[in-house]
Amino acid sequence: MSFEQALNKQGFLTTSVDALVNWGRSNAVWPMPMGLACCAIEMMAFAGPKYDASRFGSEVFRFSPRQSDLMIVAGWCTYKMSHAVRRIWDQMPDPKWCIAMGACASTGGMHRSYGVVQGIDNFLPVDVYVSGCPPRPETLIHALMQIQDKIRQHPTITLDA
Amino acid sequence: MPSTTQLAVLDELKATFAASVLEVTEHVGDVFVLVSRDTIIPVLTHLKETHRFIYLADLFGVDRFTAVDRFEVVYNLVSLATGTRLFVKTRVPEDEPVLPTAIGIWSGANWNEREVYDMFGIRFEGHPDPRRIFMPEDFEYFPLRKEFPLLGIPGSIELPNTTPDPENT
Amino acid sequence: MSHTELDLTNKLQPKFFAEHQYAYYKALEDKHTTIEITDDDPLGTRMILNMGPQHPATHGVLRVLTELKGERIVKNKLDIGYLHRGVEKIAENKTYQEFMPYTDRMDYLSPYSNNVALCTAVEKIAEIEVPERAQYIRMINCELARISAHLLWLGTMVMDAGAISFFIWTFREREKIYSLFDEVAGHRFTVSHSRIGGVASDYTPKALDEIRTFISEFPNELRDWNKLLNKNRIFIDRNAGVGVVTHQDAIALGMSGANIRATGIAYDIRRFAPYLRYADVDFEVPTRLEGDNLARYYVRMEEMGQSVRIINQCLERLKPGPIRTDNAKKTYPSKDEVYYSMEGLIHDFMMTDTGVCPPAGRETYHAIEAPKGELGYYIQSDGTGHPWRMKIKTPSFSNLQGLEHMLDGCMLADTVVVIGGVDPVMGEADK
Repeated sequence: MSFEQALNKQGFLTTSVDALVNWGRSNAVWPMPMGLACCAIEMMAFAGPKYDASRFGSEVFRFSPRQSDLMIVAGWCTYKMSHAVRRIWDQMPDPKWCIAMGACASTGGMHRSYGVVQGIDNFLPVDVYVSGCPPRPETLIHALMQIQDKIRQHPTITLDA
Repeated sequence: MPSTTQLAVLDELKATFAASVLEVTEHVGDVFVLVSRDTIIPVLTHLKETHRFIYLADLFGVDRFTAVDRFEVVYNLVSLATGTRLFVKTRVPEDEPVLPTAIGIWSGANWNEREVYDMFGIRFEGHPDPRRIFMPEDFEYFPLRKEFPLLGIPGSIELPNTTPDPENT
Repeated sequence: MSHTELDLTNKLQPKFFAEHQYAYYKALEDKHTTIEITDDDPLGTRMILNMGPQHPATHGVLRVLTELKGERIVKNKLDIGYLHRGVEKIAENKTYQEFMPYTDRMDYLSPYSNNVALCTAVEKIAEIEVPERAQYIRMINCELARISAHLLWLGTMVMDAGAISFFIWTFREREKIYSLFDEVAGHRFTVSHSRIGGVASDYTPKALDEIRTFISEFPNELRDWNKLLNKNRIFIDRNAGVGVVTHQDAIALGMSGANIRATGIAYDIRRFAPYLRYADVDFEVPTRLEGDNLARYYVRMEEMGQSVRIINQCLERLKPGPIRTDNAKKTYPSKDEVYYSMEGLIHDFMMTDTGVCPPAGRETYHAIEAPKGELGYYIQSDGTGHPWRMKIKTPSFSNLQGLEHMLDGCMLADTVVVIGGVDPVMGEADK
């Protein structure tokens, strides 16, 4: 019997630890706002007083990738900027998630031209796509809650390293 | 209809630079003066010094897509004292897309000329910093030319690696 | 560009766009003088610092490469283009009305002004008359957008200087403007409400009430913020004498908006070449003489007060009437006509498919006073519904050129405040 199987047989213990860790992680998701364009303004509104992001645990919008777990790419990403975005993504420690906010980040949006990357999933692993141009802050809250759901199902203890 | 100040400027310009002023057109109140390429700098200097067009609002290129004199560069001049706006144009052929720089007249021409170079490929002689401004230097094409496709040329600009770079993280 | 020309002894090896990065280092070296590594710098106080495209204080994706001697910036270069999407090339493939949403996304802090800029330019080239009510509606919305943009400028500039609560307060007011635009135009901020020939929809009574409530309460907030900042020792020390531009430099560099008005030149397109009904309303153009960051702050605060004055006057002058011209070849018919008449349906179809067709060969330029400065559209028509060339003169492009000039000689910590004071919007600067 392998170690994982032994651990899985523990069942109740590991899932409880998992649940605890994931509860902690999901309620303290610190976003790193990659605010590029107009969606950044809606993201600021999302962090603002009316649609408060901090009540979901996203109290601090850390502009340092090393201290954050969620990257919200807001706005169209050009080819020139894509390298910087990828580099920042690589600098974030695991576990990390990514929200592609807005039509431009998801698919290139209305900017179908030579300069814009048609979707950041061309170089980043995206977890949640938010549609809208720009999406209302409530939509972004919904995306954050979906990320929280995804985190809660994350197999922390039993994950193959 | 051009205003009286614009007409006065045009008359004086045509008198002083009779050979270089090729064409004067007027559309819905905006006056465009077409000047020959080799006298563009004396004309602009004269407009700044004598007629007080001290403010360069904009400098841009147009791709006419004709066989002769393919590109056009337009200077958008404003005289704050008299409250007039004048447009000076000059044409540049495709095989020799070179113009003298206007930085000596208005230092604000710097970035605008870099943008014209980036988008059309028109070089400005005497420019202290002849680099692209929007696209990276590695880019080999001139996007606003009519033959450049809107969606770009695949492979002309690269995307980052999707495997993390161990040295950089 | 040969890589071996530069001896980068500080082990700077670019990982991407190597040509581009080397060109910048070379340009930084060539600017004014060359980088000399001499013996009289034993501590190695000269260094190149990159405030990269991703930075909390650069107001979007602006990259500032600075050569520092200790804390002082000896020379700097700005790298823009991280948001360049070729909007002018996109314009050549769209009809004028189809292009309207792209204008929203350029200066995304005050989208309404951009819509009005495109509309007025197309109305000039196609010679379309706009009814009076539509003009007043556009003016009210433009001034609200101006207040909204200045609120964001205030929030971010003061937040960058350290007073973080201002961000929250100004965003609270901005949320009120957002719900106002939601009521008027259907979207919070990238509205495309202004249509060629008028506006899309009329004000509902609820919208008018909301505007009146906002306008009556906003001056109180403005007064409170003025009381907090105008005589604040820390704010004044942080901003006075920082990022100074002389008026000769401002004119030579082509700066516009509050930046040039803070140097003493009262260049405001609303007075220089009045559009809409600005010639009929009474307002002042605030100016200051010092040309530093504090002057820019005062100019913008006073502009917000003047915007309130303009909105009050426009609300008085708002008379019932049509909100779009009746000419179906030049503007969209009303939805009633589209749904209930054959001609309306066909005209709607033709407007979407072909659009307004100005005469071939005609070119024109029209500028408006956007919150950032002179926003102008040059349109050259080839007789079809798509422009042959559309050049957008964006104020942030010229203001950033001025920023490059301003930052030489500042301390590094001032960079943040100066960028806030110049108030660039990268979506606009990069087109």
